[in-house]
Amino acid sequence: MTPSLSTASATADTFTLGPLQNGPACCIPTPILSIENLSLHYGDKPALAEVSLDIYRGCITALIGPSGCGKTSFLSALNRLSDLIPGCRVGGRIRFGDADIHDPAIDLQGLRRKIGMIFQKPNPFPLSIRRNLEMPLREHGVDRQDELDEKIRQALTDVGLWDEVHDRLDAPALGLSGGQQQRLCIARAIVLEPEVLLMDEPCSALDPLSSAVVEALIQRLRGRYTVVIVTHNLAQARRIANYAAFFWMREKVGKLVEFGRCQQLFDMPRDDLTAAYIAGISG
Amino acid sequence: MRELIGKPAPDGPDLALTIAIWGGAALVAGSFLALLGDLLWHGAARVSWDFLVMAPEHAGKTGGIGPILASTVAILAVALLAALPLGLATAIWLSNFTRGGSLLARQVNLSLDVLAGVPSIVFGLFGNAFFSVVLGMGFSIAAGGLTLACMILPIFIRSVESGLSAVPDEWRRGAAALGLSQAAALRHILLPAAAPAISAGMMLGIGRALAETAALIFTSGYVDRMPESLLDSGRALAVHIYDLSMNVTGGDQAAYASALVLIVLLLAINSVAQTLTGRFLARRISQP
Amino acid sequence: MISSPNNISSRWPADQRLAVSLGLAAALVAAILGLVVAFLSKESWPLLRDIELTRFLTDDGWHPTEQSYGMMPMLTATLAASFGALLLAAPLGLASALFCRFYAPPALARSYRRMLGLLAGIPSVVFGFWGLTVLVPLIARWEPPGASLLAAVLILALMVLPTVALTSDTALGAVPANWLHGAAALGLSRRGMLFGVAIPAARRGIFAGILLAAARALGETMAVLMVAGNVVQSPSSLFDPVRTMTANIALEMAYATGDHRASLFVTGLLLTALVLLLVLGTLRNTGEHGHA
Repeated sequence: MTPSLSTASATADTFTLGPLQNGPACCIPTPILSIENLSLHYGDKPALAEVSLDIYRGCITALIGPSGCGKTSFLSALNRLSDLIPGCRVGGRIRFGDADIHDPAIDLQGLRRKIGMIFQKPNPFPLSIRRNLEMPLREHGVDRQDELDEKIRQALTDVGLWDEVHDRLDAPALGLSGGQQQRLCIARAIVLEPEVLLMDEPCSALDPLSSAVVEALIQRLRGRYTVVIVTHNLAQARRIANYAAFFWMREKVGKLVEFGRCQQLFDMPRDDLTAAYIAGISG
Repeated sequence: MRELIGKPAPDGPDLALTIAIWGGAALVAGSFLALLGDLLWHGAARVSWDFLVMAPEHAGKTGGIGPILASTVAILAVALLAALPLGLATAIWLSNFTRGGSLLARQVNLSLDVLAGVPSIVFGLFGNAFFSVVLGMGFSIAAGGLTLACMILPIFIRSVESGLSAVPDEWRRGAAALGLSQAAALRHILLPAAAPAISAGMMLGIGRALAETAALIFTSGYVDRMPESLLDSGRALAVHIYDLSMNVTGGDQAAYASALVLIVLLLAINSVAQTLTGRFLARRISQP
Repeated sequence: MISSPNNISSRWPADQRLAVSLGLAAALVAAILGLVVAFLSKESWPLLRDIELTRFLTDDGWHPTEQSYGMMPMLTATLAASFGALLLAAPLGLASALFCRFYAPPALARSYRRMLGLLAGIPSVVFGFWGLTVLVPLIARWEPPGASLLAAVLILALMVLPTVALTSDTALGAVPANWLHGAAALGLSRRGMLFGVAIPAARRGIFAGILLAAARALGETMAVLMVAGNVVQSPSSLFDPVRTMTANIALEMAYATGDHRASLFVTGLLLTALVLLLVLGTLRNTGEHGHA
């Protein structure tokens, strides 16, 4: 029997993509992902150690810190994409709802469907715009054409791409601009109705204008999806996140230094390192 | 890089070296052109539509090469039918399923590297002992084709493998992150993206198979009649050239013409392979 | 609604089935080399069981129907033809590679490379035929009979030259440009730069190309068979007709039976062993695939 991946999705379903929400959206934080004592090695080299934190449902959690301190490694452990890297070992426990994601009996493809991922560089497949969304849907068992069309239209509308591309759905996705490609990738993730979206610096490869559009989109996803976002842009983290986690290298190993409400972490950091990092970057 | 050292220095040794290198290059190019020119000069007169379709007469001195072309195509078809699925499967396995480098993967790699170097006459011995005698195919198109399949596997597998590993990793990760199966990622993304490399590898394999003689003499044999089944013996074009020049007095004219046909076929295949490789390098990924 | 996790999970084993069936295909490919070696051994065994291995080298002459299996003359001829061909092909091939990288204008270099690729694809039987109709009469005019070790050396050299040239060209192209810049900054002459920096830096690749060319020359059958004259004797001059081991297989396989046939398979085993050593040497040299 496969461990159930269905978390209390009843609450998630009641959210609709409403107007831009400001401030913390979640008054009573309920964890959707619980990470306990996570460690990660590439071969014999430790990259991440002793990370424990909860990701709260419906909130945006920002992962900040200098380059190479294990934020991306952390993110790829959450949907077990780290499995693809030869020699990568993950220790500790990650709970997603009721399930342990390292359970050997887990349905890995189902897990990755429920925990979507957006990469730094937009990576639409070399297919048409429509096929980019239709192919994953078909692979996950959606066969009826009207249902497919409706889901595709809805996803493209949600990311604000429908008006721009509805008359050229069969054009190559690689012909879109960088910002449009990234929004298509987000549409491709949300068309599968995930619960969590992992984003690895989704704006850093885009020009400032496209970056602003994608950032606004991420804010609009709050509530309906749980978002975990890696960003080097502290101002962006401050603008969009409810929670923030600060990572730092200690003895060549990435560690979690501080985790808390975004506002608190930026305005009243408990750790001196956090304070120095925020001050050093912002002023 | 050339511009870097493009200025010929005036001193003697440098000039001598420049002359030696241009001379060497000219010698190689000259030999190539002499060979090609000789074939064209002597062969063009005999090549005609009749030559291509007629049956050979007087041991090939007169008549054409119709049945020989048919046998060549049949041998090639058997070789490709066996080598392509097996090679494709092996290349996919090597590039997508053995990232850790298992014992079997090392065995396969070693086998491919050595097979690529085994002399073709040795493949002929093997094909004769295994396909012709043990499997009872005798001297036949099937035995010859299967022997050639063993020979072209390494070159085909290596091209497909390099094509697949050149597919951007971000698509692999993207597919995995969407919860797609490996099979789906291969079918929808990796294989279409590597299609030009796969075709180029196929062309290289065909080129190698068309050029082969030694492996065929004792497997598909010499019979120059039109083959009626895959278990009939059939004479390949390369074997025909060998037989005309060594065993038939006065066969030179026909041998020249046959060699010209073979070279033209190979040049055409080579151009297709080059174009495909070039297209692949330019990352023009096919749109469905 | 998108299908439930349980429904999706039924797709998961499909990947394992795929991996297993692809792995089986790969195992089959790995088995081909084993099959080749096994069948060569099996066919050689009747002879190898009965006579001492050293007799293949010490027997007086090649008279397999009279139980005399001296391969020495043919081994000498094979080695002489290959060595002579390399002696010509290695410097000419290297010169061709240097020409492409450092001397020819880019457009000419491209065409020249393309020509080398075509030359590499010309069938050995065509080389042999050309040698037979053009080269052999030329040599015969100078020193009859024409079909000789020299003809074999020349044709083999032309055949294996592209291997040396293309491999060296790739190796030279991989030399970091800033090393050459550094040499230029030191005011080295062009000769100094090529022999002091470029060639030493690319030596492993060049050497690998020469080893591959050697493997090709040793294993070549048709071209040599057609131009070398095929007399079983140890050559005493370049103009002597000779018979190589590969040519011997091609010539006698058609009618050989019993121990005679087995002796040809022994020749095949010996050739495979020679080539195997060269290939392993190349791999060790280039470190390809991380196995040796």
